Amino acid sequence: MKRYSAFAIAREALRNHTGWDRAWRKAQPKNRYDVVIIGAGGHGLATAYYLGKNFGITNVAVLEKGWLGGGNTGRNTTIIRSNYLQDPSAAIYEKSRSLYETLSQDLNYNIMFSPRGVMMLAQTQHEVRGYLRTAHANALQGVKTEFIPPKRVKEICPIINLDGPRYPVLGALWQDRAGTARHDAVAWGYARACSDMGMDIIQKCEVTGIRQEGGTVKGVTTTKGDIDCEKLGIVVAGHSGVLADMAGFRLPIESVALQALVSEPIKPVMDCVVMANTVHGYMSQSDKGEMVIGGGADGYNNYTQRGSFHHVEETVRALVETFPMISRLKMLRWWGGIVDMTGDRSPILSKTPLENCFINCGWGTGGFKAIPGSGWGFAELMAKGHSPLTEEFALTRFREGKFIDESVAAGVAH
Amino acid sequence: MLTLQCPYCGVMAEETELHAGGEAHLTRYGPGSEDQDFESYLFKRENPKGVHFERWRHVNGCGKWFHAARCTVTLEVFGTYPAQTTEPPQDIKDTITAKRPGWSLRNLT
Repeated sequence: MKRYSAFAIAREALRNHTGWDRAWRKAQPKNRYDVVIIGAGGHGLATAYYLGKNFGITNVAVLEKGWLGGGNTGRNTTIIRSNYLQDPSAAIYEKSRSLYETLSQDLNYNIMFSPRGVMMLAQTQHEVRGYLRTAHANALQGVKTEFIPPKRVKEICPIINLDGPRYPVLGALWQDRAGTARHDAVAWGYARACSDMGMDIIQKCEVTGIRQEGGTVKGVTTTKGDIDCEKLGIVVAGHSGVLADMAGFRLPIESVALQALVSEPIKPVMDCVVMANTVHGYMSQSDKGEMVIGGGADGYNNYTQRGSFHHVEETVRALVETFPMISRLKMLRWWGGIVDMTGDRSPILSKTPLENCFINCGWGTGGFKAIPGSGWGFAELMAKGHSPLTEEFALTRFREGKFIDESVAAGVAH
Repeated sequence: MLTLQCPYCGVMAEETELHAGGEAHLTRYGPGSEDQDFESYLFKRENPKGVHFERWRHVNGCGKWFHAARCTVTLEVFGTYPAQTTEPPQDIKDTITAKRPGWSLRNLT
């Protein structure tokens, strides 16, 4: 792999950019791998990367039904934060956020991590108490957050309307080291680094069956032939239930559509991320100037990657209340992704009833921020059989009642 | 917008008039049951990519709970029926079989 650098840009500028290589090799599947990962989204690629980097396991294939990073990795609103209430969540999301800080250097690929700060508005007394509690929990967890008064909110984000028609802003939970990153670049950067370690990233290769013998996984059947493997990792977000069905077990997951939209580009007006969970919308501004907007998920099962119009209407209405200046903006693009929701709104990183088959799913509406931490922990789980980061996120927690209840903590999807 | 006909009051209701209630025809377990059964009832879901039976409430209408059979890939609605049943009525099953040959009821036996 040729390293990217200012020098490389200058060199290529002098020879009509003829010296750039493909970022990752085009690969055809071999008959056998030590590890097969299903799903070349952020989480799958990060898992493969840390398997190679932290455990020296490089005989790895990452299989992708569509194109690399074309699922929820390319459909999210790119927010990175770690201000969670529960200890296991704070641990994995904070690990993730801290890995994001140096990811561009680690991967030699600019993922444009921008620690611009994330604020979650408190617009009811209930929310004020909830966020004060979270701020205190974060202090104990070593996650730097603070509860700030309305005056600070207005200083950080001048376009905000503090005296909303329905819900005034009473304060906010502020995490100054949270922010955004370029979502596609995260997938591309990991893919390039994986390919450089000799791993095969195989696109347009759909898994159609999971082969097993005596309760142990043996390999997968794909549209490009059979592939044997020692260990299998299922990292497919919305389609987790479909793959679990092939492996012969059921999951505590339902797949629903989550939508996002962006406005036409405008001059810089907002250099932080604002989440308004009571009215239910959140917004940031991309480097291109588009206002990036997200809101709630649909209530019913759906695999179509498009959602209900009335949810978009609710989201936009909430944000027009919070940011009156956006009322005249035209919306440019609008899309949906299929998210995998668990009962406690926390992810599953776990062994499965099928020996040597592991699953990483259930990130629901908040998976992008977790990509590096999830890959780090899941790689350790796959390599060693256990990981302190993933221990609490086992599939067995639903039977034991040991939930990591962020849905109650956040009051909304997160 | 998704529209479902309420089988009680007959209204063609848009989804803003309804509330989704999750998978239908779950086998319910109470106190004293095995952990595995209780987990299955509370959390495990079919979540099929295809034919799905689900509960809906006509919340901004007659208020009744009812069931719908729907395809999660095409969003096609096969029909709705009253909730006082442990499995889909035969005419709904016939409609689905006509449109999705080879379809089966999975774990609903």
